[in-house]
Amino acid sequence: MSDALVEVQQVKKYFNVGRNDSLKAVDNISFFIKKGETFGLVGESGSGKSTLGRTIVGLHQATDGRIVYNGNDTSLVKGKDARDLNRTMQMIFQDPEASLNPRMRVMDIIAEGIDAHGLLKGKKRKERVFQLLEKVGLSAEHAKRYPHEFSGGQRQRIGIARALAVEPDFIVADEPISALDVSIQAQIVNLMEDLKEEEGLTYLFIAHDLGMVKHISDRIGVMYLGNLMELADSDSLFDEPLHPYTQALLSAIPVPNPKEASERERIMLEGDLPSPISPPSGCRFRTRCPHAMDVCSEVVPEWREAKENHWVACHLYTNEGGETNEGGETNEKVDL
Amino acid sequence: MSRLLDVNDLKVSFKTYGGEVKAVRGVDFHIDEGEVLAIVGESGCGKSVTAQSIMGLLPKKVSRINSGRVTFNGKELLGLSKKEMQKLKGSDIGLISQDPMTSLNPTMRIGSQIAETIKKHTDYSRSKIHDRTIELLDLVGIPNPAERYRSYPHELSGGMRQRVLIAMALSCEPKLLIADEPTTALDVTIQAQILDLLKDIQKRLGTSVLIITHDLGVVAEVAQRVAVMYAGVIVESGEVEEIFETPNHPYTWGLLKSVPRYEKGKHEKERLVPIEGSPPDLFAPPAGCPFAARCEYAMEICLDQMPDPIKTSDTHQARCWLNDTRAPNAKDFVAAGGSDV
Repeated sequence: MSDALVEVQQVKKYFNVGRNDSLKAVDNISFFIKKGETFGLVGESGSGKSTLGRTIVGLHQATDGRIVYNGNDTSLVKGKDARDLNRTMQMIFQDPEASLNPRMRVMDIIAEGIDAHGLLKGKKRKERVFQLLEKVGLSAEHAKRYPHEFSGGQRQRIGIARALAVEPDFIVADEPISALDVSIQAQIVNLMEDLKEEEGLTYLFIAHDLGMVKHISDRIGVMYLGNLMELADSDSLFDEPLHPYTQALLSAIPVPNPKEASERERIMLEGDLPSPISPPSGCRFRTRCPHAMDVCSEVVPEWREAKENHWVACHLYTNEGGETNEGGETNEKVDL
Repeated sequence: MSRLLDVNDLKVSFKTYGGEVKAVRGVDFHIDEGEVLAIVGESGCGKSVTAQSIMGLLPKKVSRINSGRVTFNGKELLGLSKKEMQKLKGSDIGLISQDPMTSLNPTMRIGSQIAETIKKHTDYSRSKIHDRTIELLDLVGIPNPAERYRSYPHELSGGMRQRVLIAMALSCEPKLLIADEPTTALDVTIQAQILDLLKDIQKRLGTSVLIITHDLGVVAEVAQRVAVMYAGVIVESGEVEEIFETPNHPYTWGLLKSVPRYEKGKHEKERLVPIEGSPPDLFAPPAGCPFAARCEYAMEICLDQMPDPIKTSDTHQARCWLNDTRAPNAKDFVAAGGSDV
């Protein structure tokens, strides 16, 4: 995996709750993000996707496992190198209202990273901020204003400019468009795509809106209750979802087309997400899975490559054409 | 089908420190019995304010209804006293709001909260109220309703809480259900469950539904008729197929184009087509069409004057000059949904 920029190796992130319990927000996840790609991470609320994103940039300390960035284990990097590592990994947050300090001018918000890393001073710093504002579709005169003077879409542009200020290589965008209106979402997604081209960025794009994730991502990982369930490039994930959870998730997206909406068959999931404090044994999805078998409650499904570059953790695919005809039978249903 | 709700020329404004915000600027629509109407629009377009004016829920001190008539079942709603309105709320009109956590009382068991509504609007005996509550919990798909009766809101998930709210809204078999962004706070798989429930209930009980949403996907899923709102006015309305297949207003075109379309097996990437700019300031709304500043097809007249709704079928109308018969060159263009012919 020489072309991997970020490698996530068996990462766990547990939070302590109460005396003896821990909430397993991220439980044993491994994947890698290639240089120059957009990796989409989807899942419902509580699936641990934001925690994983934050752990990767170092906002959370991983409980166990390693995050390897550009060949270096991030937990072992110290001193000046650690500062530099922080500079190359930036984050764009969900709520542009809460993530911008209301008492700072846009100039200082955007330059905060530049100041923290001591990159530019005086006139050069100012020029850099003007240049960044123009890059994200605002103008130099906006620099002396405060966040409240901007609309939601414009605030998100400021957040993007702030992330770009320190010339990062890798950006984690945590639900960057979910607080925005539909017509504005497309503006921001286009901007992010342009910037990726211009600056040679790599994105981890976290969202629950599958349509947008599909549009922007090269590869997509599907999370459920702290586990990665499926990972594939975005076209094959949408054309041929293997995991029953992915299938249900895809069929639950409301399509803006009344004819299609009335014709298509829905896979309706029963019930709600179980508690991540005491997740179900075996496969975590089995309590809501329409294809659950006996083995699902006993054995944790192996994370394996069911098809080329298409990874899945599901017992339906552990014995291809093997002795479990139950698995074979359900395979047909799965194709629907 | 008879008219259930008729809203005519509704205008609502709010007093703020910055001046008067004209949130709703002349809205007309109606709902027939047993019909599902969706009002779709972006934040700040006035869709929720419209619903709140119907329910008499606007904050009295800062808001003013400048003009308009709201007739429900032949009865004028706008001038009603608080007491009369309260009688109507709950019994004839049910409301489902966006955030199920803040609309439930955290210190009361959910069963008691539903029972409270029934007690207020009927003269049922205690045991009958209890039975009816459990029947309602069952109707909205809550498992073990007899046990769940004693749960507190915090013991339930978001989807379950939304079901409780729906049960409460349905408790007195209202003729009209107003759902203000009922699934916005929920995950997609739960959203699918709730939308299914709403559709099912609408079919079984024949309740009329006014659903307010920003999500065109939700609209396509549940609505029979659609009203598209922008900057305090309804810019286009029609049957759901008309809006999605032959939209006649550039704003509707823009909305439909800015959502990524996915087709199986189609792999080439298309760039999204956003609507550039942002909605107008409603402190000083523009004289002409509010969308003109963002509209690619704006003509001179658009800046000065907004047309009255122009009908293209019995049910379909749009407030856009492109549909005017005096703009003959626009006809093919409009028919093609705004893309180049």
